[in-house]
Amino acid sequence: MLEAHDLAGRRGHADLFAGVGFRLAAGEALVVTGPNGTGKTTLLRMLAGLSAPAAGEIRLNGNKVAPYSQELRSSVAYAGHLPALKDELTAEENLSSLVQLAGAPVAVPELRAALDAVALGRRRNLPARVLSAGQRRRIGLARLAVLRRPVLVLDEPATALDAAGIDLLAKLVHEHLDRGGVAVLATHQSLGLEPERVRSLVLGG
Amino acid sequence: MTMAATAPPGVEAAFGAGGDGALAGLRWAVARDLRLAMRSRAELGVQLLFYVIVVALFPLSMTPERNLLATMGPGVLWVAALLASLLSLPRLFATDHADGTLEQIALSPYPLEALIAGKVLAHWLTTGLPVALLAPLLALQYYLDGESVGVLVAGLLLGTPILSLLGAVGAALTLGLRGGGGSLLALLILPLYVPVLIFGAGAVDSVRAGLGATANLSLLGAGLALALVGTPFAAAAAVRIALD
Repeated sequence: MLEAHDLAGRRGHADLFAGVGFRLAAGEALVVTGPNGTGKTTLLRMLAGLSAPAAGEIRLNGNKVAPYSQELRSSVAYAGHLPALKDELTAEENLSSLVQLAGAPVAVPELRAALDAVALGRRRNLPARVLSAGQRRRIGLARLAVLRRPVLVLDEPATALDAAGIDLLAKLVHEHLDRGGVAVLATHQSLGLEPERVRSLVLGG
Repeated sequence: MTMAATAPPGVEAAFGAGGDGALAGLRWAVARDLRLAMRSRAELGVQLLFYVIVVALFPLSMTPERNLLATMGPGVLWVAALLASLLSLPRLFATDHADGTLEQIALSPYPLEALIAGKVLAHWLTTGLPVALLAPLLALQYYLDGESVGVLVAGLLLGTPILSLLGAVGAALTLGLRGGGGSLLALLILPLYVPVLIFGAGAVDSVRAGLGATANLSLLGAGLALALVGTPFAAAAAVRIALD
């Protein structure tokens, strides 16, 4: 479903990686690990369509995809280091705004259920400014759950999450893979994924 | 749509009809930016107060002579409108860039150009429009007659959207510079504002000279049409470069 051939990444004048390739079938996850500064984020941003690979190609369902192509923008849900939340808006408004931006229909009961699922139900009317880093991350998890995009690209998704939060993340990824989605995760957390559905990629090794 | 076989329900809706995509994106951006502006009303007030004070300073700093003020008035109001528009431009994309929203905007299935056009429209509604609506009140200090005030407001209504549109390109180009790029943005964009200033202030002058404002206002209208067509694409390209 998602493939990469011979990808090379460059940041400024530094060559980060070259010859990276993988092939993910429906229901499989790619876990990217490696020391800091070896290009994990760069690789994930390429897969999300935010930057162009220095060499190589990315294929989604067999079609070669370019950065910002319509196919990537409507199939991939990307969560980067930054939570994309507005301090002035409440948790629910932030979620609703992000879901709408992703072109998905907004149903209030569904949004509230998603916030309940990440234990933010009672805090949905608080402005994001007063939420903790972990709670802000949880809004991101609720967004991914509502969007149900076929491809998840998550950069350090476990950052700032507590044990219960990591369980929620693991559950989200599990359900996503069970539905036949694919996921690319840059994380050192195991998330309890079955080894047969995980491919791993070590950068800078 | 090769996705159909594997896409879970709900994804289909994401790339519905292409045509409404642009309109839905525009609506999203206008609604969100207006809501954010309403949540930080104080900032809006400060910009408008800045405009009012700049306009009020000139009559205080020179001989309050009727003819002199009436000659200078339109120019002063236009320069102040320009500065007020410039004041809020650095934040047009910078806050979204800093909190990661700009990445999600660029990755939205809606066309980036439409989303940017929506942000620019919201910027105009919160700066350009109030500036144009306040102008008749401020023009009182400059002894402008009724017809001149009418032309001044018409000129501001046509000209301030051009300021927001051109400003968006500058704001996108200076994204990610240290210190917000505010002063570089001003250097980059103020020269481009010159034609708007000339035709806008010129429209009032020509009415006062008895020539009618049609020529100047038509040129402003043409400039607006041109800016509407070109600038969202330029700003979208600049945003993508900033995110790379």
